[in-house]
Amino acid sequence: MKKKLKFNRDWCKGCGICVEFCPKNVLELDDELKIYAPRSGDCIFCKMCELRCPDIAIQIIETQEESDEEK
Amino acid sequence: MAVTDYLREQFMPHIWCPGCGHGIVLNSLVRAVEQIGLEKNDVVMVSGIGCSARMAGYLDFHTMHTLHGRALAFATGAKMGNPRLKVIVPMGDGDALAIGGNHFIHAARRNMDLTAIVMNNNIYGMTGGQFSPATPKNRYATTAPYGTIDEPFDVVKVATAAGASFVARSTTYHVNELIKLIREGIEHPGFSVIEILDQCPTYYGRKNLSGSAVDMLKHFKENSVKIGKGTGAPGEIEIGVFVKEVRPEYCDKYESLVKEVQGGKK
Ligand SMILES: Cc1ncc(C[n+]2csc(CCOP(=O)(O)OP(=O)(O)O)c2C)c(N)n1
Ligand code: SF4
Ligand code: SF4
Ligand code: SF4
Repeated sequence: MKKKLKFNRDWCKGCGICVEFCPKNVLELDDELKIYAPRSGDCIFCKMCELRCPDIAIQIIETQEESDEEK
Repeated sequence: MAVTDYLREQFMPHIWCPGCGHGIVLNSLVRAVEQIGLEKNDVVMVSGIGCSARMAGYLDFHTMHTLHGRALAFATGAKMGNPRLKVIVPMGDGDALAIGGNHFIHAARRNMDLTAIVMNNNIYGMTGGQFSPATPKNRYATTAPYGTIDEPFDVVKVATAAGASFVARSTTYHVNELIKLIREGIEHPGFSVIEILDQCPTYYGRKNLSGSAVDMLKHFKENSVKIGKGTGAPGEIEIGVFVKEVRPEYCDKYESLVKEVQGGKK
């Protein structure tokens, strides 16, 4: 099991709260003011972005993909 | 359950402005309900009118969207009808303390097991930024172009004086604590008030040059202190649990009275 950030671009309103308060500077807004994660490798899955998003546009999900160590 | 399972996804994205704190409150509330492990059918959400009150429309509980200021009256009826249900009432500061002030103090006095969530953004959001009973003195609003001269209510003090048996305060910055407090409030067997300082960037923020939603959250972060750890400086936000006492609950008292009176007839 591997954790992954999942964004709902249709719900994101570009407020920038997740970007500002991410402790690892993982997130940015793109040209359309929508969330994306240019530095997703730095994410520690602390959930702060998920919990502070006013639009429920971020979820940390577990995927079936094997993590690098398991391969 | 996933957080989105508690939402009526067909109504998303919600109507609130970008960065509005009401969305963070909704987010925290859903997590609290999930942590307690409540079924959707065990929860009733009753709201009045206001941006804050729109919350009831987005959550897949039993929901009632009622009259401005009167949500606690409808909630009282729902709880009396079926005391087994958890009844949660999201309210704006205007909804709770201006038009609904009378309902608020009497609900607190009665100590019925309801959870009142006061989403205090210091202003009337829905109707265009009029000042509310929770607008701090000298702050600007559509109806206070030179700053308000009124003294504001302190929600925690009003709730405590009126007799609420659980009273807490947090902010939309402090989400982990907020989830814990909402959870504690829902689980507390009596009238619970959780005041949440909440940003309205569109009206309060713009009128008071408080900047963006991000700036308003930074303000909450920088000015909040745990209860008893502050210096009493103006503008300091004390957060934590102020009152937590188990006192006789209204529906329990009512049921005992019914039993006693019926027993007496024999
Ligand atoms: C009886 C009645 N009076 C006035 C209104 C107009 N009104 C609608 S919402 C509102 C206040 C909203 O402010 P608040 O309760 O603080 O909630 P917010 O929108 O800031 O979340 C008012 C005065 C109404 N709908 N019904
Ligand atoms: S989970 Fe934490 S580290 Fe990862 S993007 Fe969100 S806030 Fe940043
Ligand atoms: S906090 Fe949510 S709505 Fe705001 S920018 Fe991030 S993902 Fe978008
Ligand atoms: S007007 Fe204010 S309270 Fe209403 S949705 Fe917009 S930011 Fe939120």
